[in-house]
Amino acid sequence: MDRRTFLQAGAALALAGGSPSAQAMRGAKVVVIGGGYGGATAAKYIRLLSDHKIDVTLVEPDKEFISCPLSNLVLGGSRTLANLSRPYTTLTKHHGITVARDYAVSVDPVARIVKLAGGSTLAYDKLVLSPGIDMNYASIEGLSQAQQQGKILQAWKAGPETLALRKQLEAMPDGGVYALTIPEAPFRCPPGPYERACQVAWYFKRFKPKSKVLVLDANQDVVSKPALFKKAWAEQYPDIIEYRNQHKAIAVSAAEGLLKFDVQSDVKADVINALPSMSANKLATQSGLANMANGRWCGVNYQTFESSVAKDIFVIGDAIQVAQLMPKSGHMANNHAKVAAAAIVAQLSGIEPNPQPMLTNTCYSFIDDRNVVHVASVHEYVAGEQTYKVVQGAGGLSAAPTELEGSYANHWARTIWADMLE
Amino acid sequence: MPFPRFLTVLALTLSAWTAQAAGNEGAPTLYTRSLAATCANCHGTEGRALPDATVPGLAGVSAELIVEQMKAFRSGERKATIMHQIAKGFSDEQTRQLAEYFASRKR
Repeated sequence: MDRRTFLQAGAALALAGGSPSAQAMRGAKVVVIGGGYGGATAAKYIRLLSDHKIDVTLVEPDKEFISCPLSNLVLGGSRTLANLSRPYTTLTKHHGITVARDYAVSVDPVARIVKLAGGSTLAYDKLVLSPGIDMNYASIEGLSQAQQQGKILQAWKAGPETLALRKQLEAMPDGGVYALTIPEAPFRCPPGPYERACQVAWYFKRFKPKSKVLVLDANQDVVSKPALFKKAWAEQYPDIIEYRNQHKAIAVSAAEGLLKFDVQSDVKADVINALPSMSANKLATQSGLANMANGRWCGVNYQTFESSVAKDIFVIGDAIQVAQLMPKSGHMANNHAKVAAAAIVAQLSGIEPNPQPMLTNTCYSFIDDRNVVHVASVHEYVAGEQTYKVVQGAGGLSAAPTELEGSYANHWARTIWADMLE
Repeated sequence: MPFPRFLTVLALTLSAWTAQAAGNEGAPTLYTRSLAATCANCHGTEGRALPDATVPGLAGVSAELIVEQMKAFRSGERKATIMHQIAKGFSDEQTRQLAEYFASRKR
């Protein structure tokens, strides 16, 4: 009996309640692309939920994991990147996962093979794609060139750019202007830009009190926790942060320090931090998986996170077309990963995937170095509508920023990093 | 009439599956483990908290205590920054399932 026939036999004998079959899983190969909040979690949980029967390879070019959540604190100056970094080696040591330090360059969904930049190929029975996002630099004229020259940065993936933006802020004279442009939603990390405004303002307040933070938002209003952020800005940074809605950036000039908008008048700034619109990473778009929103995001079957266009490929994290009220956050990616991991283990052991998966989300935002607010939600899969819905009455916001939530936010980070990697 | 060979094979296969299913009796199912994984972000993988954690671990805590605390969070009897909001997302049946799972885990 070959593997597939055996799996089919297993499926025919599906066991009620979901007890996986060890024989069916043994020797099955899963490749996970991307070692962020989604991919690292998927790799670990496929091992865990299969009782270490399924063979897992994680493809990730970076030596270490660096967290995007909390990286705004590096701009504020209360954290270092080293604080936010964790090794991938624990995935191998604790869970027997092979980590291939390489880029995936293409996926062949028919031959079920992933090609790596280093020239090798990986065959898979199931593939998890957690590729993250790409910046659409072309959506703002002049940005692509300014970005390549290192003059106008995004720092929307934590790493060297975070440090480079911090350097720009340090080099800016007191009395200068830092301008942050925000694209129309959806984008990675909905509260991220507004937290960043707080962090830069916290730095200015202590070291460059005559300076300004200009938040130029393409949206009608602050996208996440609007009341909490606006109150914090008014109370803690009244002379520093200025928020302007309906400012969609269309062009930028690094030489002139100039931003142009579709309707509103031009803005001059000393440090420009322009966030263009975002879409699923090019590996997903080039593989034909980004079938939603004019090729921007990947459609998935929400019960399993299996691609709606390619069998045996599971897409998780910021690259997917989200259901209503599902933010593109690290916590969500971690939860997508667990649903996908359980579905993969179920499929490979011949049982039905969980008919009622659940997701939780928590996003903490730092107002300064220690006071924090959150937004939380719980999402249930509604089989009749094939989508997630927030559980009515659950979830909510902080009443106000507190140090207690600051300690919980730090705890959340340490725990979720361990949940992904250790 | 001789017993057809394919039936013998089928019978053996079925009995192997049954034995295996019996061997898994009492072990938490995949569905329960995946439900419990939604708690791991803050309470640790399989409910095992990190050393000096500010949020308690759940592994090895009695099922009754977990059910009772979840009820107290939901009713507002126990004050919280966030857990009262999360607790309302899970049904009584799911809460019981989670509680029994965590109670069965080693600390």
